Amino acid sequence: MRDVDLRVAPGERVLLTGRSGAGKSTLLRALGGLLEPESGDVEGELTVDGAPPDRARQRVGTVFQDPDSQLVMTRAGDDVAFGLENVGTPPALIWPAVDAALDAVGFDLGRDRATAALSGGQKQRLVLAGALAPRPGLLLLDEPTAQLDPDGAALVRGAVSRAVADRSATLVVVDHDLEAWLPLVDRVVELLPGGGLTEHPAGWTPPPLRFPSRRPDPPAGEELLRAEAVTYTHRGSHRPALPATDAVLPAGRTLAVTGPNGTGKSTLALLLAGLRTPTAGEIRVGPALRAGLRRPDRPPARWRAAELVERIGTVFQQPEHQFLTGRVRDELSLGPLRAGADRTAAGRRADELLERLGLAPLAEANPFTLSGGQQRRLSVATALATRPPVLVLDEPTFGQDRDTWAELVALLAEQQADGRALCLVTHDTAVVDALADDVLRLGDPVRAS
Amino acid sequence: MSAPLTLGPAREVPLSAVNPVAQLAAIAVLTVVLLVSGDLVTPSVVLAAELALLPAAGLTTPRAILRRTWPLLLSAAGVAWVNVAFGTLDGAAAWLSGATWGLRVIALALPGVLLVASTDPVRLADALTLHWRVSTRFAYGALAALRLVPLLATEWQTIRLARRARGVDAGASPVARVRLFAGTAFALLVGAIRRGSRLATAMDARGFDSGVPRSNARGSVLHRRDAWFVAGAVAACVLAVTLSVQTGHWSPILG
Repeated sequence: MRDVDLRVAPGERVLLTGRSGAGKSTLLRALGGLLEPESGDVEGELTVDGAPPDRARQRVGTVFQDPDSQLVMTRAGDDVAFGLENVGTPPALIWPAVDAALDAVGFDLGRDRATAALSGGQKQRLVLAGALAPRPGLLLLDEPTAQLDPDGAALVRGAVSRAVADRSATLVVVDHDLEAWLPLVDRVVELLPGGGLTEHPAGWTPPPLRFPSRRPDPPAGEELLRAEAVTYTHRGSHRPALPATDAVLPAGRTLAVTGPNGTGKSTLALLLAGLRTPTAGEIRVGPALRAGLRRPDRPPARWRAAELVERIGTVFQQPEHQFLTGRVRDELSLGPLRAGADRTAAGRRADELLERLGLAPLAEANPFTLSGGQQRRLSVATALATRPPVLVLDEPTFGQDRDTWAELVALLAEQQADGRALCLVTHDTAVVDALADDVLRLGDPVRAS
Repeated sequence: MSAPLTLGPAREVPLSAVNPVAQLAAIAVLTVVLLVSGDLVTPSVVLAAELALLPAAGLTTPRAILRRTWPLLLSAAGVAWVNVAFGTLDGAAAWLSGATWGLRVIALALPGVLLVASTDPVRLADALTLHWRVSTRFAYGALAALRLVPLLATEWQTIRLARRARGVDAGASPVARVRLFAGTAFALLVGAIRRGSRLATAMDARGFDSGVPRSNARGSVLHRRDAWFVAGAVAACVLAVTLSVQTGHWSPILG
């Protein structure tokens, strides 16, 4: 982040946006006084209420992305009280303030509710209550809904809008979901990757998402994978995580799996990806996908990993779970090497993908140091490296900026045009509109694709 | 297999009325006496007193008791067996020594089980910081870290599956299996550290590092019953040692 001039008036609400890696989170952390002085070079001046941010800390409340790494206590009320205790608030004043904050965000499950038993949206609401309890003059939100499903995200946005309704607090929110936040903010500030910023006044609407051009309703090719009444029940659980479900993946078509949280979407993805064995029902494999297997009679979950990686590529929700090496280039050549390619061929494939995905300048970088959008592109690229006929992707567009979104969707459309079968688990209705030929909605009474 | 440790808010049981620091003080008394004693009578009497408290900790059914104590019973059996099998004694003396050691291990660890079963982790942290002036940074930091433990189990599964999806498995080779295990463990550790540092940032954003003396919303009150509880523990120890001395079994390890 560099050359940023920004003035936010008391009570104002600002949405901060920009490409991933443009420095939005850095700016937010700087405002919250949470940047370590030794973590980088600082130029220019930043003040909150006329003071350096680290001295204005008590007037600032911050909410980050992941609710699980923000909750401290085991009970809802205790967690909201945590911030008040930290600044030495007398105990007699704490509980009225806690109740007021819980009320402000619309959390009505009671102070004694166990935090571990809450949904993501409720957890994040509680985190917001904790940030509001000390009555901050400035509220900073860093992609507060990026890890939530649409219902949870709406819950949190509703809570924010209630909490800032009286304009006693200034609001700065970083998010990629512009449409959702626009009704709530006074203006939009876009940070530019090279430095500087663009301001968009009230009434501005973002340019539409770029959809790839693709053939509508392409003909179904050969059937590659089929799930027949697959069910999955976790060990020790009585209720199945996924009740009996059918799904078909033919070459050249895209299946979107949608539905509320907790209906087994990700579980179905793991079954189709050959990573878990269904407790009942069967995953059937088409002849094209079976060819070359050492034991063609076995289901995908019992294939050797080297056989699996050549046939079904999987992209997990969190890219970091998938990274195994210390260099972007090694990450891309790993799959081909495991599948038996020689070093030259694997290296060539890696270079090809680096070029195609615009990651070439980062070839020597450590995957863990990339920005969120770059990590996501890399994780998709690792799944493509072995050219598997089937791709299974879990929330590939989660928390991505608009440019990364368009790049990802274009890349996936290309895979489908090449004759691959795609299975997308997603909450993102735009992705469904842009890519899906078939939609399987879980959680509805009738199950058929 | 279920965890003998609860990490959520603990259920209120009669023993919860005793302040955690009183329970810890009682445990300290028992521990000293048990470590000094070398006979079978002392741990038996102490253990009888502890067993009498099981219902007060909500452990009334054999199933509930086993669920909390299986790791302890297993290790006690292990210690006893090692003593019988590898001790210097033979015959009845060996069995006696094994039983003594097994009972001691159970008597030493059971109070911990009672504490965990009856005490909410938050109440423990409150009591430690308010009465024994344990550092709030340590106590509440540990509390926050404890919340992350159950997440590690799901994380482990995900990392393992993600590796298979990348084409990495061990096959039949035991060497590859160890390497895969180490790799997964390392990835889990890296993830835990990253999550931990995010948590620390979030806590500091809420003023955890403000330097202002921390107040406590819940408080932690010491009642007269807490003193009686510790006195009860002392009485049980006195009874145990007296019985042991009178029956001629007392053979302290020290002195």
